[in-house]
Amino acid sequence: MAESILGKLGFGRASGVDKAGWGRTLAVAVVAFIYFLPVLFIIFTAFKPQGDALLVPPTLSPTSLFGLIPDHFVFKPTLENFGSVFSRSMTPDGAPEATGFDRYFFNSIFIASASVLLALVIGTLAAFGFSRYPLKGNDTYLFIILTTRMLPAIVVIIPVILMFRVVGLSGSYLGIIMLYTAFNLAFTIWMMKSFFDELSPDVEDAARIDGSSGMRVFFKICLPQVIAGLAATFVFGLILTWNEFLFALLLSGPDTRTVPVAMNQAVSSGGRGTDWTLLAAIETLFLIPVFLVTFFLQNHLLRGVTFGTVKR
Amino acid sequence: MTAVSSTLPTPRLTAVVAHNWKLAIAVAVVVSAISMAGLPAAVSFWVVGAAAALVAAAFTVNAYRRHYFGALLVAPAIAVLFVMNIFPLLWSLGLSFFAYQANQQTIRFVGLGNYVRILTNDLAAHATWGALINTAMFVVFTVSAQMIVGFLLAILFSKQFPLRKYLLILVLTPMMLSVVASGVFFTYYYDPTFGILSYVINSISGNQFILMSNKVGAVAGIVFADAWMWSPFVMLLVLAGLVSVPKYLYEAAAIDRISSWRQFWMITFPYIRGLLMLALLFRTIEAFKLADLVILLTKGGNDTLTISYHLIRIANEQNKTSEGAAISYLMLFMVIVLTNLYLYLANRRTQGA
Repeated sequence: MAESILGKLGFGRASGVDKAGWGRTLAVAVVAFIYFLPVLFIIFTAFKPQGDALLVPPTLSPTSLFGLIPDHFVFKPTLENFGSVFSRSMTPDGAPEATGFDRYFFNSIFIASASVLLALVIGTLAAFGFSRYPLKGNDTYLFIILTTRMLPAIVVIIPVILMFRVVGLSGSYLGIIMLYTAFNLAFTIWMMKSFFDELSPDVEDAARIDGSSGMRVFFKICLPQVIAGLAATFVFGLILTWNEFLFALLLSGPDTRTVPVAMNQAVSSGGRGTDWTLLAAIETLFLIPVFLVTFFLQNHLLRGVTFGTVKR
Repeated sequence: MTAVSSTLPTPRLTAVVAHNWKLAIAVAVVVSAISMAGLPAAVSFWVVGAAAALVAAAFTVNAYRRHYFGALLVAPAIAVLFVMNIFPLLWSLGLSFFAYQANQQTIRFVGLGNYVRILTNDLAAHATWGALINTAMFVVFTVSAQMIVGFLLAILFSKQFPLRKYLLILVLTPMMLSVVASGVFFTYYYDPTFGILSYVINSISGNQFILMSNKVGAVAGIVFADAWMWSPFVMLLVLAGLVSVPKYLYEAAAIDRISSWRQFWMITFPYIRGLLMLALLFRTIEAFKLADLVILLTKGGNDTLTISYHLIRIANEQNKTSEGAAISYLMLFMVIVLTNLYLYLANRRTQGA
C-alpha cells in the first residue's frame, strides 16, 4: 500500500513497468515463437540423422506430439552430430580424428570475453570523461571515434596485417584481443556516454559538496546507476565479437582460430557441398555460451536505466 | 648536507618527469629514431613502445597534478583506437594515392588517379555507382524494417507479464547467431528445390516458386534476413528507454485525461528518443557496410552488389589494394556527410525541445 502512495508522489520506484496478465503472455508467445522458428529449425537440424537434412518435404519435429504431426514430418533425434563436431573421420572410411574444436571454443570464449571486458573498462572511463569533463573539441573527438566504426573491416585490415607482421603479433592472442578491443570501443563509448548523460546531476553535486573525490563519485554514485547500460553494452559487444568473422579469418593463426572461422572451413571442406547437420551442430553448441550470458544479464537489462534516485 | 636538503628539497623523480613532459617527448623521439634506424623492426617496435609509455607516464602525472581529469580518463581509449584503427586508416588513406597491389612489390605514386578511375572510368565507375545505389536502397529498406519491427517488439515487451523473461530471450536469439550459420541456413530456406519457403508456396499455388530469380525477390530475401537478425538490437535499445520512463508521469497524464496518442508523444517519446537515435545511427552505419549476407545469399547476382562487397572483391579477390582504399574513402566521405547531417538534426531537436 505504502509503495503505491509513494509512487504517486513520485518517490519509491522511480521507474516501473505496468503489469499485464496471461493474455499478454499468450499474444507475445505466438509472436516470439514465429520469430524464433528459423533458429528452432537450425537447432532441430543439429539433432537430425545426416541423411535427413535435405529431405523434401523437410522433417520438422522430433516427436509426433501424440499423433498430431504426420509421420513424414517427424525425424528420429540423434546426438551423433555433436560428437562429430569434436572428432570425425576426415576421409571416407578413415579413422575418426580430433578436429581441434575444443581449442577453437576455448579461443572464442577467451578472446571475446577478454576484449569485451577490456573495452568496457577503458570505454566506460572514457565515456565518463567525455560526459563529465568535456575537453576542448569534445564533439570532434567523439565523432572521430565514431568514424572508426564507419568503414568496412576490409579497409583497416590490410594495414593491420602489415603492421602485425612487422611487430610479430600476427596469429597471437594479444594482437587479436587488442584489435577487438578497439573494434568495441566506439560503440561502448557512445552507449555509455548516453547513459551517463541521462543521470541526474543532483546526487553527484551533493556528494561533491560533501567533499567526495571524483573517483569516489564515479565508483559509488555514477557506476551503480548505469548497471543496465553496462549490461546492455556488454551483451552487444559480446554478441558482435563472438560472431566476428573477417578479422578472425585474416588475422588469427592456427592456435588462435575462433569458431566462426573453423565452422566455415569445417562445413565447406572436401568439395561435397555444405554439411548441414554438422553446421547446425556447431552453431547450436556455439550459441549456448552467449545465450546463457544474455539470459543471466537480462534482469539488469530490464531493470530500468535509472532507479531509486532523484529524477530531473 | 642535511641542512642543504632541508632548505632546498631535491625534487622527486615523478615531479621532474611531470614538469618535463617536453623533455620526455624529445628523449622518446630521439630514442625511437635511433632504434628504428639501427635495430630490426620487431625489436624497435618494443623500444618505440617503451618510449611512448614514458611520454604517456609523463603526460599522466602532469595531467593528474593539474587536475585534467577529462584528458586522463579519455587517454587510454584514444591510445588503443589510435594504434588499432586510426593509424591503419591513415595508412590506407596514404595507399589510396599510390598504385599498389598487396601481392606485388612495386609501388608508384599516382596522386588522385585511383579516385578519378573509380568515378569516371567506364567499367569501374559503372560498378561503383551501381553498388552505391544498391547500398542506398539496402540502407533504406533494412534500417526502416529494423526500426519498425524492433519498435513494435519493444512495445509488446514493455509490460511486465508472466514468462516475459523467457519469451524475450527467444526474440533475442537471432542476433546471437553467427552470420556464417544463419546466412547459410537462409540459402536453404530460400532454396527452390529443398527450401521450406518454396515447398510451402509450391504446395499452395502448384507452381514452381524461386525467390531469388529476380532482383525484387533477391532484395526482399536479403532485407528479410537482415531485418530478422538485427531488429532485436533496436528492440533492446528501445526497451531500455521504455522501462526508464517514470510511472508517475503516466499517472499524472491519466488524471489529466490525456489521450494515449498524446501520452506517447509527450511522455514516452522524449525518453526513448536518445536511444532510438543511437539505434538508428548504429544500424545505418552497419547497413552501409552490408556484405556478408549478400555474399552468402546471392554472391552479388541479380544486381544486388553492395559497395562493401564490391570493395571486398576489389581489395581482396582482385588484390587492387590501393583502388579499394580509394573506394573506401569515397564511402567514408559519404557516411561522414550523412552522419553529420544526422547529428546536426538530432542536436537541433534536443536544443529545440
